[in-house]
This record gives sequence, structure tokens and C-alpha cells, in this order.
Amino acid sequence: MYNILRYIVVLLIGGLLLGWWITRPRPLDPAIYAELTGDVARGEQVFWAAGCASCHAAPKAEGDDRLVLTGGLAFETEFGTFHAPNISQSKSAGIGDWRLIDLANAMQRGVTPGGSHLYPAFPYTTYTRATPQDVSDLFAYLKTLPADDTASLPNDVAFPFNIRRALGAWQWLFLKPEWVVPVEGETLTRGRYLVEALGHCGECHTPRNALGGLDTSRWLQGAANPDGKGRIPPITPDKLTWSETDIASYLATGFTPDYDSAGGQMADVVQNLSHLPESDLKAIAAYLKAVPPGTPTTIEE
Amino acid sequence: MKKAFTAIAGLALATAVAGTAIGQSGDEAAMKAVKARQDTMMLFAFNLGTLGGMAKGAIPYDADTASAAAKNLSLLSQLNMTAYWVEGTSTEQLGDKTEALPAIWSDMAGFEDKHMALTKAAADMEAAAGQGLDQLKGAVGAVGGSCGGCHKQFRVDN
Repeated sequence: MYNILRYIVVLLIGGLLLGWWITRPRPLDPAIYAELTGDVARGEQVFWAAGCASCHAAPKAEGDDRLVLTGGLAFETEFGTFHAPNISQSKSAGIGDWRLIDLANAMQRGVTPGGSHLYPAFPYTTYTRATPQDVSDLFAYLKTLPADDTASLPNDVAFPFNIRRALGAWQWLFLKPEWVVPVEGETLTRGRYLVEALGHCGECHTPRNALGGLDTSRWLQGAANPDGKGRIPPITPDKLTWSETDIASYLATGFTPDYDSAGGQMADVVQNLSHLPESDLKAIAAYLKAVPPGTPTTIEE
Repeated sequence: MKKAFTAIAGLALATAVAGTAIGQSGDEAAMKAVKARQDTMMLFAFNLGTLGGMAKGAIPYDADTASAAAKNLSLLSQLNMTAYWVEGTSTEQLGDKTEALPAIWSDMAGFEDKHMALTKAAADMEAAAGQGLDQLKGAVGAVGGSCGGCHKQFRVDN
């Protein structure tokens, strides 16, 4: 009896240690970023390609107000309501006192400077694929944007999802830097980078599993709308049958081939992507044509 | 007591009938307004087809054709559409017969700002379209942006 008890205690302690180890923050090696300096103009391109303003500008902000990154946009999910935080240069309310490595750890490892985990409403599982140079350029650009002292709204997340430490296990499962679609050639590689590393198209267009991780085996095959209204359409080449020219034109102007125009969240995406050169939008279109088509069984859900 | 009940029932019935009759003629007027809105959108789309087609290289650029389409676009954007936006013709009352969100009526000033943005972008397009393909391309993005800017906030997300 005593032996069994001892066995259970050892198992329990072992389990706790393993859990502690799995859920630990895993920051980047600072050496990766130590020598880098950012370029503001290139950083602005990264900013628009990564769609930062869509969530971190105040809701309904237009024009230059989209560069005031006060946050506030609400994400109502089955796990609770998340609010995009202030990432302006305010030292008190924003990230004005962050170093480059702090931004990199947040974007690529989902970890704050204080070592706590970020919720994946922030698409760090995508940004983890960004190049250190792009993160560095973005950092330089963010430094040029205004400070705003509006306090971030708190998240409204119920137990057990309010235990941030547990997100470490989620990251252990789903934070993978590998590319999803194998491609070759300059255009396709650039297109893949824009979609899989910066544009975070997959965050909405790819279905999620029960734990909220992206199901990359059904990459870009359409998904439930996290807002609850309708579905996000598939953009695999069997479903999105527009020509590459039409896709690139849509991303630049919002016009569909019938000259209807994008609404909802895609209008916002177009607002961001219209800042990119035509060659980038064509690269995205080329990549979308290279994505594996959905199979009939996976389209139905 | 019985008389009172009959009177109340009769009154209720009359009110219901009258209500339905008003409702029907109201519906008819509402649907006419919705149709006018949708047909106007078709006219925008038709002229944008010419300009957008040239911008993306699907149609060869021609200065006269581009100018004509851009002028139409600009004229359309200047229509006084006040009468199109009748109270009670949002998705809230008409369901999927319209894509106009209630936000139009709760934020009419914001909605009018978006209309002004379109008028401005279309005027810029009118000035640019005949000047060359590059100028046209430069103006298409802003027109698209003004469409999306309004649709994002005031139209059903589909």
C-alpha cells in the first residue's frame, strides 16, 4: 500500500514537472536579433502585408487614424472575448519601451517581455515564419508611429482558458515554423511568404480543430466564421476559380470579376494590401493557384 | 360585458386589418426603394467593368471609352439618393431582401461621409481616365477603396 502511494506521488510530481516544462515560455535566442537594424520604408510594407492596423487601429478608424494603434477590436470566440491591445509607442499603455527582441518574441513565440503567454487571437503561429529582417524593419517602422495613452481593454475569458500558463501547451502543439505548402521559384516563394508568414490568410480561411489549432491538412479550405455569422469561403484553386489577374486585381481594389466589391473583413484586408506593389499581389495570386485543392469530403463540415 | 368584449375584438380586428394594409403599401414602397438601390449599384458595376477591365489588362485601353465610363461613374456618384434610403428598409425589417445594414440609419452622417468619399474618388477618376492607362490604374484603387470603405461598415458581410 505504501509502495503504491509512493508510486502515485512520484507520478504526480513527474506529471507536474512535465506540465511545467511543456507550458514554459520559449523565447527566441537574442543573438538572432542582436546585429539587425531596421529599414523604415521596408517596415511599412511589412506593416501592411501583416495587416497590423486591421486589429490594432481603433475600430472604424480611417485614413491616417489607422496608424494610431490603440487597439480595442473585440474578438468574440467560443473561448471568450479577446481585445486587441494598444501597440502604439506609448510607454505606459502601448509598447513604447519594447526592444526589438521583445517584439520578435511576441510575434514569433507568443511571449511577452515579462514571460507570459499571449493568446493566439494574435496570429503568432503565422508570424513565426517571418524573417528576422522583416520583424526588424517592422520594429523600425512602428517606432515612427504616434503614441496613444488609451489603456488596452481587458480580455473576458472564463476558466480554464484564463490560465495563460496553459497556453504554453497549446504553443507546444501548434506553434510550428515549417511552411505548409511546398513551392519552388521566386514568385511562388514570395507569394507563400506573404500568405503563410505575414498575411495570415490561413487564420480565417483554414478550419480549426477542437483545440483551436489550424488544421493545416485542410489548408485554406474555408472555415466557420469566428464571429459566428456564416462561413469564411474556401480559397483553394478548385473553389476560387478566378484568374490570377482577377485575384490580384481584387486584392488591389476590392473589385470581384463582376465588379461587386469586397465588404466585411475582406474590405479591410484590401485596404491593407492595396499598399503593396502589384508584383506582391500577383505573387499571392500565383501561390493560391499552387495550393492543394480541397477534397469533396473535407469541404463539407 | 359581452358587448364590450365584441367591441374590443372588433377594434382589434380593424386595427389589425388597417395595419396590414398600411404594411403592404409600405412594403411595396420599401421594395421599390430597394430595387432602385440595387439597380443603381448595377450601373456602377457596369461602368466599373470597363475601367477595371482596362486597369487589369483584360480590355485594351482606349481613352474615349475610359472617359465615357468614368464620366458615367462620376454622374452616378452625384445622384441625390436620399429617397432611396427609406426608413424601415434595412436587413432588420426586410431580411435577405436587402443587404443594407441598420447602421445606415443609426449613423446617417457616417454613411453620407462615405458617399462623399465615393463622389471624390469618382471625380478623380473622371479627371484621370482619359490621360493614359497608368493614370487610370492609379485612380481605380481609390474608387475601389471608397466602395469597400462603405460596404465594410454598412453592407451585409457576405
